Amino acid sequence: MTKDIENGAPAVPLLDRSDERVKHAAGFGGAIRSFLDRVQSGDLGSLPVIVGLVIIWTVFQSLNPIFLSSNNLVNLLFDCSTVGVIALGIVCILMVGEIDLSVGSVSGFASAMVGVLWVNQGWPVWLAILAALAVGAAIGSLYAMLFNRFGMPSFVSTLAGLLAILGLQLYILGSTGSINLPYGSPVVNFGQTLVMPHAIAYALAAIAGIVTFITGFRTAARRKEAGLSSQSLGSLLLRAILITVVLELIVFYLNQDRGIPWMFGLFVGLVVTMNYLLTRTKWGRSMNAVGGNREAARRAGINVRLTYTSAFVMCSVLAAAGGILAASRLASASQQAGTGDVNLNAIAAAVIGGTSLFGGRGSAYSALLGIIVIQSIASGLTLLDLSSSLRYMITGAVLAIAVIVDSLARRSRVSHGRA
Amino acid sequence: MTDPSDGTSTSELVLSLRGISKNFGAVSALTDIDLDVHAGEVVALVGDNGAGKSTLVKVLAGVHQPSSGTIAFRGKEVTLPDPSAALKLGIATVFQDLALCENLDVVANIFLGKELNPLRLDEVSMEIKAWTLLNELSARIPSVREPVASLSGGQRQTVAIARSLLLDPKLILLDEPTAALGVAQTAEVLDLIERVRDRGLGVVMISHNMEDVRAVADRIVVLRLGRNNGIFYPDASNQDLVSAITGASNNSVSRRAGRRQAQREQGQETQP
Repeated sequence: MTKDIENGAPAVPLLDRSDERVKHAAGFGGAIRSFLDRVQSGDLGSLPVIVGLVIIWTVFQSLNPIFLSSNNLVNLLFDCSTVGVIALGIVCILMVGEIDLSVGSVSGFASAMVGVLWVNQGWPVWLAILAALAVGAAIGSLYAMLFNRFGMPSFVSTLAGLLAILGLQLYILGSTGSINLPYGSPVVNFGQTLVMPHAIAYALAAIAGIVTFITGFRTAARRKEAGLSSQSLGSLLLRAILITVVLELIVFYLNQDRGIPWMFGLFVGLVVTMNYLLTRTKWGRSMNAVGGNREAARRAGINVRLTYTSAFVMCSVLAAAGGILAASRLASASQQAGTGDVNLNAIAAAVIGGTSLFGGRGSAYSALLGIIVIQSIASGLTLLDLSSSLRYMITGAVLAIAVIVDSLARRSRVSHGRA
Repeated sequence: MTDPSDGTSTSELVLSLRGISKNFGAVSALTDIDLDVHAGEVVALVGDNGAGKSTLVKVLAGVHQPSSGTIAFRGKEVTLPDPSAALKLGIATVFQDLALCENLDVVANIFLGKELNPLRLDEVSMEIKAWTLLNELSARIPSVREPVASLSGGQRQTVAIARSLLLDPKLILLDEPTAALGVAQTAEVLDLIERVRDRGLGVVMISHNMEDVRAVADRIVVLRLGRNNGIFYPDASNQDLVSAITGASNNSVSRRAGRRQAQREQGQETQP
């Protein structure tokens, strides 16, 4: 690999390599060194959550050998998807440095709406779902208006929303308090049994690797043509192969049981889409900028109000979507939907996954990783037949540790000039 | 270069302010300000702390809206309701506090709000353009892919100036462009300001440093307590400038200068 670089070295220095004061990682060893460098200076990325996940899985597996069985992991993925989608919305709102405390209530209200409109009123199911999502969007725009027009802190407006929307949920459910969704309907099947055919799961895992390679290769080619430094073909291939192999192994293990739930597929699809939106579009750039320095973003000509509005709406719509998924998972819309720990689990998932509470720093993948951590704790404790009292305490402790790691890493980044 | 004695030169009038006032509650930060800037001209805006320089720049950048008065840009009367309106007209601003997003890298900061290909960011083209701009300024930026938080003050200034040049503006506002810079970097920024002027842009520059002002300015506009207090040319004496800035010939700066002068004369008398 190094030989390749030496041969291809152009006579003129590359456009971005002309300053001799900067160390540039070259080759495979360099990549590892720069990774260690980054970690040391507090740019942790998703490292803490992966380490945490390994610890949690080791502990639970040693306490109960069923924990890492294919069957339990498939159940885990089913359970992840509902709150995970809500956590994805939380990532959006945390990116701009605001918070939404009412996602639980919004999800509960959305599930109640689907129940009432579809089962009680006889609307077509797609229309009921669409209506619930639209109401989510309306709630988000209301928060945005309160924030933009009246300067109401999102902490307070969404706290008010938490109560008000919970009230709405109880109101439309009426005295019965619970609506069962018909078993055997596509919506309930989607939430409870539908899994990808094994071949499709394998194919999707392979496609992920191929797409990674192709986009990486294209970028490298364009950069080389433009006289910028580029990744070598070898490291691109290595990365793509690594991703494919890991994904195929996961798929293979889960296919020993039922396979990958479609609902989880939907969740991952949303995560990948959100990741693209946040990192590769102008909108995502605006979100990062507004979260990092609101005034700088405004002076750069970014429509800051619109950016906040989009974040609030995105959060509420995803919360509503999560609520609908929860209804299909439980086959019911009840007064309990969206109450209890849904709210805090969603926020905790985003933070545990590495999205900063201080704004301007985060990734869509943190929703995925964070919710797997939280759901693993819940699932492990259920298998051990421990009460929910312990589950709350442990989840709380994990959340506290995640926030401490976030603050410490932030401090370290500042002192290493990487804030 | 334009003839310094000819304030209203034949080149195009880029910006013309008439009777601009700005009140913050009971405080009038600006009162009846008039200002003309021609193409290819560097106008230095000087004044003591609180003279209203930064407020005037913020009015021109669309950050603040004037309480009264008119702004004409290239002969047409305009309003600047927000920063993006000013940018669209061709008024670029480098603020004193630089207004960079520390969590984003250099490329993202330069292209902030003006990204190429909004739905699929063209990172490669943006990076090339960023390097081109930075090289034109003979800037020393180690890497454009590091977050701005890792750059020094001078490097941040360079990034901020490079950003202002991105859209080929007609008028550039620089608020204290050399305040945070070392000797060599100051010279580079002054070179850069001259290069920008030679490209036919109007430049408005705020500075406290009289040396820098004399070095590049074609005209020096003095503000005092939010009002116009005279227009000078680089050949004006330091004393005239200082008294216009501080508002009187009897001030701490001139008293100090007088004292030193007297001491020197005394020394010369006793020597022979």
